[in-house]
Amino acid sequence: MLAQNVAFWVIAIVMGVAAIGVVRSRNIVHAALFLVAVLAGAAAQYILLAAEFVAWVQVLIYIGAVIVLFLFGIMLTRAPMGIETDLDNDQRWPALIVAAGLLALLVVLLLDAFGGRMIGLDDELLATGRTSNVGSSLFRQYAVPFEVVSMLILAALVGSVALARRD
Amino acid sequence: MQLNQFLILSAFLFCTGVYGVLARRNAVLVLMSVELMLNAVNINLVAFSAFSNTVSGQVFALFVITVAAAEVGVGLAIVLLIYRNLASPNLDTIDQLRG
Repeated sequence: MLAQNVAFWVIAIVMGVAAIGVVRSRNIVHAALFLVAVLAGAAAQYILLAAEFVAWVQVLIYIGAVIVLFLFGIMLTRAPMGIETDLDNDQRWPALIVAAGLLALLVVLLLDAFGGRMIGLDDELLATGRTSNVGSSLFRQYAVPFEVVSMLILAALVGSVALARRD
Repeated sequence: MQLNQFLILSAFLFCTGVYGVLARRNAVLVLMSVELMLNAVNINLVAFSAFSNTVSGQVFALFVITVAAAEVGVGLAIVLLIYRNLASPNLDTIDQLRG
């Protein structure tokens, strides 16, 4: 249990620093690379929670595809590649107050609601998180949502092509 | 491990994303902050899945990842269109509906 806790806190601190880097970095490409660190840390947390399939989907979809899309978006909008001062608007302090207030509210509520609840990392949890279980649940219990999501992806694909083409 | 450590990490990521959405001007950076918030939700789903020892949370996390990928695709197409029409990726240049 101790090893998992140490791993959790190391990854969590890296994720927190990188998340602040995403929202505070003055270089837009660096912000995208900080986002890679957050996404990889999330994949590591999924492994820690014995969710192997979600972890690898996270690596393939987010780090593989979404980040590349972001880098293409940065290039195509000819964003400044160097240090830039006008990436933020003038609502920085109100935004900080809102975010800090929301964080304080959430932490108080979570400590009140779930204080002391433990996640049992045992063989039973490892057996539940196996890819075969996720797959059979996805294709039996959640078959209809799965098909709906595939239609959504098709619509998004056609929609983004229709939006971005030049004619 | 405590359930709360995952939930508080996720709350921190979500609030960082909220700050980014509110404080950033560049549209691509706003989309990145939205991704931070979606990831926070995924960590919550997987943590509760492990807490209750069922697989449903992981399946929903997969759905959220899929929807997020679709959202980024359409969102970046819209950003590209805004850039093409207004020659700026900044969100505060889009004020045509201001009275």
